Amino acid sequence: MLRFQLAIVLAAVPLVAQDVPQAFVGARVIPISEPAIDNGTVVLHEGKIVSVGNSSDTEVPENAELHDVSGKVVMPGFVDSHSHAGNVEGGDGSGPMHPAVRALDSINVRDARLQKAQAGGITTSNIMSGSGHLLSGQTLYVKHRDAKTIEDLFIYRPDGSLAYGVKMANGTNSRKAPPFPGTRAKSAALVREQFIKAAEYRDKLARADGDAADLPPRDLGLETLVEILDGKRVVHFHTHRHDDILTILRLAEEFGFKAVLQHVSDGWLVADQIAASPHVLGASLILIDSPGGKIEAKDNRFETARILDGAGVLTGFHTDESITDSRLFNRMAALAVRAGMSRERALYGLTMAGARMLEMEDRVGSLEPGKDADLIVLSGDPLSVYTHVLQTWVDGRKVFDRSDPKDRLYAEGGFGASHDQAAILHGIARGEHE
Amino acid sequence: MSCRWYIATVLACHATAVSVPAQVAVRGATVHTMAGESLSDAVVVIEDGKISRVGPASEIEIPNGFRVLRAEVVTPGLIDAHCTIGLSGYLNQPHDQDQTEESQPVQPELRAIDAYNPRETLVAWARSYGVTTIHSGHAPRALVSGQTAVLKLRGEIVEEAVVKPLAMIATTLGEGARESGKESPGTRAKMAAMLRSELIKAREYVAKRSADEDGKPARDLRLDALGKVIQGDVPLLVTAQRTLDILTALRIRDEFDIPMVLDGAAEAYEVLDRIRDSGVQVILHPTMMRAQGETENLSFETAAKLYDAGIPAAIQGGYESYVPKSRLVLFEAGVAAAHGLGFENALRSITINAARILGVDDRIGSIETGKDGDLALYDGDPFEYASHCLGVVIEGEVVSEETR
Repeated sequence: MLRFQLAIVLAAVPLVAQDVPQAFVGARVIPISEPAIDNGTVVLHEGKIVSVGNSSDTEVPENAELHDVSGKVVMPGFVDSHSHAGNVEGGDGSGPMHPAVRALDSINVRDARLQKAQAGGITTSNIMSGSGHLLSGQTLYVKHRDAKTIEDLFIYRPDGSLAYGVKMANGTNSRKAPPFPGTRAKSAALVREQFIKAAEYRDKLARADGDAADLPPRDLGLETLVEILDGKRVVHFHTHRHDDILTILRLAEEFGFKAVLQHVSDGWLVADQIAASPHVLGASLILIDSPGGKIEAKDNRFETARILDGAGVLTGFHTDESITDSRLFNRMAALAVRAGMSRERALYGLTMAGARMLEMEDRVGSLEPGKDADLIVLSGDPLSVYTHVLQTWVDGRKVFDRSDPKDRLYAEGGFGASHDQAAILHGIARGEHE
Repeated sequence: MSCRWYIATVLACHATAVSVPAQVAVRGATVHTMAGESLSDAVVVIEDGKISRVGPASEIEIPNGFRVLRAEVVTPGLIDAHCTIGLSGYLNQPHDQDQTEESQPVQPELRAIDAYNPRETLVAWARSYGVTTIHSGHAPRALVSGQTAVLKLRGEIVEEAVVKPLAMIATTLGEGARESGKESPGTRAKMAAMLRSELIKAREYVAKRSADEDGKPARDLRLDALGKVIQGDVPLLVTAQRTLDILTALRIRDEFDIPMVLDGAAEAYEVLDRIRDSGVQVILHPTMMRAQGETENLSFETAAKLYDAGIPAAIQGGYESYVPKSRLVLFEAGVAAAHGLGFENALRSITINAARILGVDDRIGSIETGKDGDLALYDGDPFEYASHCLGVVIEGEVVSEETR
């Protein structure tokens, strides 16, 4: 009985918090969609952004909870277009392509790296399996809400379907002993075979026209590939070397799929070709502190961001958590600025670029009325090493507060900061769990 | 950048023999000497590879014919207090990985100078950001993996780079030392027992070697190397991340009364008093090292906590087995600076305090008359993500002029 009562209380608390408008007043507001506002106000209500503007002419509802953020910076939550938080897994060693495998069936929502993403100001992520397969599985687009179950992280599209993409890879990581491909040409051939099979499957479905007698047997993997062919799923394609990048453009042209190029170490060598492809939504970069670590990343350089952006490629960033640390995601954009990218484009790369690559640009990535209430409060310049994330809000709820010692543990590290039960233990300390 | 960085005078002979140090003067809007207060609008004069004068620009006349470099911020050349650069190459392929020899768990006879490649890409890479000296060698991947050396990031052969051919003996307590199957050491207790046994053997060897001719044992490279630790000439570098491994290290130090430097030390904040009271020096893990396995409890604030406890630690670039293959000590110190350590101490951790731990502070680590002419030039706060390194000088030689 006690448990039952607690559950009711727990369910009620967030609703109340969400019902009260939240007003952030006095900050330097960087909406991304508009020029920065020196003394700005942002109002959130019922999970959405209500207003963004100058403090002098932005109406704050009378019942709003006021947050004096003068001297701080408020901007949209970051969008990480490639993360492995949650100990996510994909396909196994039985074969090189696993389109039926779902990331959502493997993510541990208590993995501390999800808390660290909140501490880094990341509010939306594309969580995906690794690059050891030509197609390692479906990804999962998540909101970094406080989560007890995987469903708490889900994002639904307007048609009610779950938002996710598909992870593919080429180059050396997916090259192994049979049944994996042994060469690059074989890698491309295996992928083409599967997409051709999927096209035939789609034709059978079309011919059956809903007639059960004529329908081919359900094939989970081919269903996913058909969604890719139909443009309903974006392929997040791990790639480094210049010729591998061009192979993706060739495959995308042949099958008409939408691709986000992930990592793109050699992108600076083929920037114009990438820009010319109508199938590439964008390039999501990882800038690593030193070149190499693997042969394909030997020419990875900070300048790639400036060069791709300059060529007209939609250019964003990702953490590749745990290759880089989610708590320092802003650092990636700052390193791009170090190598010549404009500050505005770099901040766009942390927010709207990722939103567009996940086809969620109408919901996240900028502070605009009607968009999801995902924002962060920073202590200062988002591109400075000395700046800290002070608060992270997702769907109008505060999910990280640096002034809370339990949240601060994730931000700074320390004993227990990587423990996958720490979140629930801290919840108990706060009285949030029975 | 050209307004901040220009060449007032170019020596006619600049393109000739690189081993001959040019005569160089560097003028900085701010010069962090790491020996007293920072100087505003100051000049550092380097003659024949050594710093000959440091002081306000108004008081120093730059000799005729000197090449003059300018920058907003000038620091001593940075020191990476522990890495494997030059032994581990950037491609991460078998042919360029010489930091770990896996045939035996105890090999103190492996010399870093026999494996260091001064033409390795990561050497020029680290140098282009202002790193002028590294403490590099065998990796924390065996109980006793081999020797380390202190090297300048210059020269085309190791002899032109080496400052200290034998700096420390690299040992590891914890996961890096664990062997699998029937190999030893398979447990932490076995690691300690094996290391103690080796040190006891070395102590006996040293005693017998110094005895009269008759009882002298044959020369043994392995015991020669550990004997230098027993005799107090070379520190044992002990990589230990977990609290229990740190305490094992301190226990062994007390038992053998040997010089020891603690490396990694991810959980040092749990035993600050013990570390300080032991007197061991600390070369802290890279601030941005991945928090996984035995480093899962690391904190961005550990450097700050060490300094607050009176332990002037160095920060390292460290060893990485995958992307990124090497971490840049400048970036690692910057994140520590922003997480409680502060600018001054962060800069000390990669200059003078690192030099002291490596025992080379008589030559490097600060901008003082008589010291090596090693400088790094920046267009702003060196720790800011978007600042640039504009130039690097090693012993009077301008070794990098890239904007990085």
